[in-house]
Amino acid sequence: MKLTSDKQNYLEGLCRKFRQDVISLLHDIQTGHPGGSLSVCEILTVLYFEIANVDPANPKMENRDLIVLSKGHAAPMLYRILAEKGYFPVEELKSLRQLNSRLQGHPSAKDTPGVDLSTGPLGIGLSAALGMALGLRCSNPETYVYAILGDGETNEGTIWEACMAASKFQADHLIAIVDHNKVQLDGCCDEIMPVGNLADKFKVFGWNVLECDGHSIPDLFKMISQAKTSVGKPTAVIAHTIKGKGVSFMEGKNIWHGKPISIEEFDQAIIELRGDN
Amino acid sequence: MAIALRDSYGEALAKYGTDNEKVVVLDSDVAGSTKSCIFGKKFPDRFFNVGIAEANMTAMAAGFASVGKIPFVNSFAVFLSSIGLIAARAFGSYSKLNMKLIGAYGGLSDAFDGPSHHALEDIAIMRSLPNFQVFVASDEKQTDWLVRHSIEHDGPVYIRLSRDKTSNLYHDSTEFQVGKGIVVRDGNDATIIACGSMTTTAVQAADLLAIVGVETRIVDMFSIKPIDREIILKCADETRAIVTVEEHSIIGGLGGAVAEVLASEGKHAPMRIVGIGDRHTECGPYCDLLEKYGLDAKAIAESVIQSLKKM
Repeated sequence: MKLTSDKQNYLEGLCRKFRQDVISLLHDIQTGHPGGSLSVCEILTVLYFEIANVDPANPKMENRDLIVLSKGHAAPMLYRILAEKGYFPVEELKSLRQLNSRLQGHPSAKDTPGVDLSTGPLGIGLSAALGMALGLRCSNPETYVYAILGDGETNEGTIWEACMAASKFQADHLIAIVDHNKVQLDGCCDEIMPVGNLADKFKVFGWNVLECDGHSIPDLFKMISQAKTSVGKPTAVIAHTIKGKGVSFMEGKNIWHGKPISIEEFDQAIIELRGDN
Repeated sequence: MAIALRDSYGEALAKYGTDNEKVVVLDSDVAGSTKSCIFGKKFPDRFFNVGIAEANMTAMAAGFASVGKIPFVNSFAVFLSSIGLIAARAFGSYSKLNMKLIGAYGGLSDAFDGPSHHALEDIAIMRSLPNFQVFVASDEKQTDWLVRHSIEHDGPVYIRLSRDKTSNLYHDSTEFQVGKGIVVRDGNDATIIACGSMTTTAVQAADLLAIVGVETRIVDMFSIKPIDREIILKCADETRAIVTVEEHSIIGGLGGAVAEVLASEGKHAPMRIVGIGDRHTECGPYCDLLEKYGLDAKAIAESVIQSLKKM
């Protein structure tokens, strides 16, 4: 399966828009996580706009695919994408992290249409996604469950407990996509807790493993499509990304995990993201 | 002849699981102890032994619940309420997912395994989580009803079980209700509010007290959350003292829950909280542990006498 160039251009255009809007939003509200939102942009865009069977008009559609943003702090990008899909008005995005909002700081399934699982505490989203996949295995054999993990999140032991269990139970409709941006809150992953070769780790836990450029729409599309052909094994797609992707002074910098954006920084970021300089 | 509560639980789970195919059961390599193995043998396709991984198990249960299954999560109470807590909070409490956490070996009942396995904080932990219903099973019939209720109720539930036998307090015709304590013995001098195996022990204490002319009302407060506010206030009005008894820390458990009701209603009944002091325990025969830590009938009776003297 291959994306048409029109489709690719469309999705890349969406990503440019999403990045600008998220940076603009986070600048406006002066709170939230820019780095991981920018790195996960293409992963979520490909899923919601091309691969996953979802219907914004019917968010609880029985045979829909399920998407778990286990790295829940990337909520701003998720919300931007859900709004574009039509789950709620784009205008509502400005209520993010404010009182009386449906858009909590981390995704809340009971509050926000389109969110399949509440996340925030790192390390437990993959386990829940596994439960979903096993729970639907008989009744909805066409359904896939996508869990988007952070690489820092793999510090949590529960990720590897879930890996063992997914392998044991042969959850081949569970697809984990790791936003492997190599940076976590306090520093580089290699410095804070060296995770080593993630692909090798998933492999020895019995997973089917694929790797791709996590900022390449066609590459992501190809690998996630391939992941869906796995029989008897869950699949991990290691998506190599850059934290803060698209804003030069944010790229690869742990300080931009969750730092408010000043007006000067915002101006510079927007120029870069528009690509008009 | 009473059977151990864990056996009663295992049988009930297999029985009601037969009627409802949405029921799935997870265990963490203690299925032989929790008795979830009875369900597992009967319905292997709906039984998931995840190994020694309570955090993963509880989070997996959330996934099952979010797609319409009714997951029963099994481990020892001490581990479920600690290692399983993050998923219980994030998914059960916060997201109101329909997951059922079954804490086996409550209180001191895993006596010989010692303090590492004694569950003395689980009630305090679990009742602090919004949206959870919290129960402590007191006898065989009640355990059966709690399993049935958990399947019927759409929301997170925590049930603390005991490893051991308790006396039969109830009959097939007994009606249980969420949030309603049960008066298992009447009396107008003092009230003992108890839960779990301590309800039986409280009845024994009441027998001792009757000998010295103290008539004691016993309330089985098996529904810790929601709690029966009405009966607590009634007992405060109608009897001269309230003594709570639980196989749990004196901090934050049944005693705390009862005291919160009295304080918030401005009632001033003399009250004592009988439980494990602010300390850890040790291993030993179950009955010896109960005696050493002041949870035998004699010690409970003495607490009632003392509470009446305080007036």
